[in-house]
Amino acid sequence: MNPFSFFSRVSGYAVAIDDFFFALVALSILVTAIVFALLIGFCVRYRAGSPHSGGPRPGLELEITWMVATFFLFLFVFWWAASSELQALHAPAGTLDIHVVAKQWMWKAQQPNGIREINEIHAPIDTPVRLIMTSQDVIHSMFLPALRIKQDVLPDRYTYLWFTAKKAGAFHLLCTQFCGTEHSRMTGRLVLMTPQDYARWSSTQQPSQSMAAEGETLFRSLGCSGCHGPNSSVHAPDLTGIYGHAVQLSSGRTITADDAYIRDSILLPKRDIVAGYQPVMPSYQETVSEDQIVSLIAYIKSLSDEHALNAKGERK
Amino acid sequence: MTDIALDRLPQAEPHPSYLTEGHTVASWLLTTDHKRIAVLYVLSITAFFFIGGLAISVVRLELLTPHGAFLTDEEYNRLFTLHGIVMVWFFLIPSIPTTFGNFLLPLMIGAKDMAFPRLNLISWYLFVFAGLMALYTVIIGGVDTGWTFYTPLSTFYANGNVIAAAAAVFISGFSSIATGINFITTTHMLRAPGMHWTRLPLFVWSIYATSLVMVLATPVLAMSLLLIVAERWLGLPIFNPANGGDPLLFQHLFWFYSHPAVYIMILPAMGVASEVLACFARRRVFGYTAMIFSMMSIAVIGFLVWGHHMFVAGQSPYANLVFSFLSFIVAVPSAIKVFNWTATLYRGSITLKAPLLYVMSFIGLFTMGGLTGLFLASVPIDIHVHATYFVVAHFHFIMVGGTVSAFFAALHFWWPKITGRMYPDAWAHYGAMTMFLGFIVTFLPQFIIGYEGMPRRYHVYPEQFQPYNVISTVGALILAVAYLLPLFYLTWSLKYGKLAGNNPWQATGLEWQTTSPPPKENFEHTPVVTEEPYFYEYETHEGKGS
Repeated sequence: MNPFSFFSRVSGYAVAIDDFFFALVALSILVTAIVFALLIGFCVRYRAGSPHSGGPRPGLELEITWMVATFFLFLFVFWWAASSELQALHAPAGTLDIHVVAKQWMWKAQQPNGIREINEIHAPIDTPVRLIMTSQDVIHSMFLPALRIKQDVLPDRYTYLWFTAKKAGAFHLLCTQFCGTEHSRMTGRLVLMTPQDYARWSSTQQPSQSMAAEGETLFRSLGCSGCHGPNSSVHAPDLTGIYGHAVQLSSGRTITADDAYIRDSILLPKRDIVAGYQPVMPSYQETVSEDQIVSLIAYIKSLSDEHALNAKGERK
Repeated sequence: MTDIALDRLPQAEPHPSYLTEGHTVASWLLTTDHKRIAVLYVLSITAFFFIGGLAISVVRLELLTPHGAFLTDEEYNRLFTLHGIVMVWFFLIPSIPTTFGNFLLPLMIGAKDMAFPRLNLISWYLFVFAGLMALYTVIIGGVDTGWTFYTPLSTFYANGNVIAAAAAVFISGFSSIATGINFITTTHMLRAPGMHWTRLPLFVWSIYATSLVMVLATPVLAMSLLLIVAERWLGLPIFNPANGGDPLLFQHLFWFYSHPAVYIMILPAMGVASEVLACFARRRVFGYTAMIFSMMSIAVIGFLVWGHHMFVAGQSPYANLVFSFLSFIVAVPSAIKVFNWTATLYRGSITLKAPLLYVMSFIGLFTMGGLTGLFLASVPIDIHVHATYFVVAHFHFIMVGGTVSAFFAALHFWWPKITGRMYPDAWAHYGAMTMFLGFIVTFLPQFIIGYEGMPRRYHVYPEQFQPYNVISTVGALILAVAYLLPLFYLTWSLKYGKLAGNNPWQATGLEWQTTSPPPKENFEHTPVVTEEPYFYEYETHEGKGS
C-alpha cells in the first residue's frame, strides 16, 4: 500500500513513476538527515573550548571520493529516469485517437465517432488512447495528474499524449501553462470507463455525423474535391491511401503523411510540395478552423481504411 | 599577517569613517564611494523586498479558500506577476552582489574603490530608474503574464502593460551588466600586492563567477524582451505562429538567461556561507581549491541546462535527455560544496553566533532545494510535477531558503563592519530560528500538493488541496514576522547598539583589518598579503591537505 494512498494513480505508467519518485524521496531524506546530523553533531562536539577541536583533517583523497561517488550516484538516477522516459516515448500502434482543441479558457474534445465534448474527455480503460492536441490561441498545457502525464498544447502545431488506463472513474484534467485571466478555471474531467460502458456511452450520445463524414462534407463544400477528387481535371495529388505513408517531396525529402503534415498542407500548402506537382494550391489559413481541420484529417484518414482502399481497387 | 601594523593605527591617527565623510543628501546621491553605493543599494532592494513580499502576502491570504475570497482572477494574476518580477529582478539578482559585493570586494582585495567608481553610481541610478518604472507599471494597472512573459500570451493576448514591464526589466539588465563588468575589472586590476588568485577569499571568487554569468547571460534577456516589444508594439512576426513565428523560440531565449540567473542568485550565497563558516569554526574552508573549481564549473555548465525548463513544452524527447543529463552534471559541484561546508566544521572550534545560525539554515535548505532539483532533472518526474507547486517549492528552497538566508547571514556577519555597531545577539538568534521555521511550514506542504497535482498560478483550486494551503499561509505569516524582526533590531542597533570594534569576530580577511566603519579610502596604507585566506588559529599545516 502506498503511503500516500489519496493519490489516484490509474495506469501502470503512473505506478512506475511513483516507485521512482518515492525511491528518490527516500534517498533525499537519507542525504538530508546525514547533512543535518553532521552539522548539528559537529557544532556540539567541536564547540568552542572542546578538547576535540584542532588536529589534522583528511585531504584531497576524501574530496575525490565524494566527487566520484556523487557523480556515479547521479549517473544512476539519470539512467533510471532516462530509461523510463524512453519506454514511454512511443504510443503503440492502433490507438484510439481523441482530438483536443484548447482555447482561452476551455478544452474542446472530439471522439473518433464525432461526439463533441467540452471540458470533459471520455475514454475507455485497457485501451491505448492518444490525445492529438492543438491550440487556437496561446500555449496551454494538458495535465492529467492521475496518469502522471502532461504536455503543452501549442498554437499551429500538434502535440500528443498517450496512455493506457487501468482504473475507471472521474479524474482531474487541468491546464498547467499560464494562459491568461481565467487560467485556473480551464479545468475539466477525464472520465475513464470500462470498454463496455464506453461503447454504451458512445451509442447513447448522438453525434450529428461521424468526424470522417463531417470531413467529407467539408471536403466538398470548401472546394477540396474540385482538385483532389477522383474526377478532377486539375493535376493534384490523390489523397486516397496516403495517410500514414511516405510522400516524396519535390525538395527530394521524404515525409510521412501524419496529422501534422496534412494540417500543414492545408494551411501552408507551399511549404512541402509533393514531387511532380505544381504549387498551385491556395492557403486555407483564413478559411478553416482548427475543428474543421480535425474533421478533414479524419476524412483523409478514413480514405486509408481497408475498405476504402478495396473500393479504390474495384474502381480500377 | 597584515593586521599588525594596521590595527594600531586608528588610535594614533583617527580618520573619519565613510559614514561621516559628508552629511548632505548630495554627498550620498553623488557619491562614488563603493561603500556608500552599497548602502544605497541595501535601502533600495529592502524596499523592493517588502513590496514583493506584500504582494505575495495578499496572494497567500486569498489562497486560504479554494474558490477565491476577495480578489478577481485578474487581480490575482497581477499580484503574483508583480511578486515574481520584483523579487527576481529587483531583489534576488541584485541582492548579494550589489550590496555586499559592492561593499566588500574592494575591501577584501585591498583596493581603495572599484575600478570604475562612476560606472558603479550609474549602475545604481539605472537600477532605481528601472525599479521606479516597474512600480509605474503597477500604478497604471499592472501586468498579468507571470514573470516569464511567455509568448504568444505576452505579445498578443495579455491585457496588461507588458511593454512597460519589459522595459523596466530591460533597463535593470544594464545595471546588472555594468555591475558585472565593474566587479570583473576590479578583481583583475586592483588586487593588493601579494593577493594572488589562490589567496582570494571565496566570497570574491563567488562574486567573480557571478559577474561572468551576469555579463554573458543578461544581453540575451535584453534581446528576448526587445523582441517581445517588437512583436507586441510594432507587430513584427517573431513568435506568433500565425505569421510563421515560433513561440518556443522565446522560451529558449528566455531560459538561456533565466536559468543562469538562478546561479547569479545562488553563487554569491555560496561565497557568504564559506566566509562565515570558516570564521566561526576557526578553520580554513575545507577544499578551498575544489570550492573555486565548483563555482566556476557551475557558472559554465549553468549555461547548458536551460532546456530542463521545457521538458513538456514540445521540445524533442532526445533533447530532453541531453538537458536532463547536463542538469545532473551541474548538480555535482553543488553537492561537493555542501560536503565541503560540512567538513569545514570538522575539528573546528565552533561558536554558534547569529551569522553561523543563518548559514546553517542556508546549508540545510539549500541541500533540500538541491535534492528536489534532481527530481526535476529526471524527465518522467518533471513531466508530472512541471508547473505544479512542487516546482514552486523547489525554487523557493533555493532562492529564499538559500539566497535570502545567506543574505541575512551576510547582513549579520558584516553589519558591525558596515555600521560600526553590534545588534543584540539573542534577537538575531530568534530571527534566524523563526525564519527557518516559517520557511519550512510555508514550503514543505507545497511539495506534497505539487506531487498531488496542484498547478501553480491557480486562483481557484480543487478543494482537496485546501488544508495544505492553509498551513502554507500560516507559515507565510511566521515568515513575515521573521523578516520584520531584523528590520527592527538592526535599525535599533544603529543608534543603541554596542560599538563593535574593528574585528568583533576575530576574522581573517583584509576587510576586518581596517576600522569599523572603514574610512573613505578603505586602508591607511595599501595592505600587503603574505598568507593564504582563512588561516585561523586551529589550523595546522599538516591538516590543510586539500
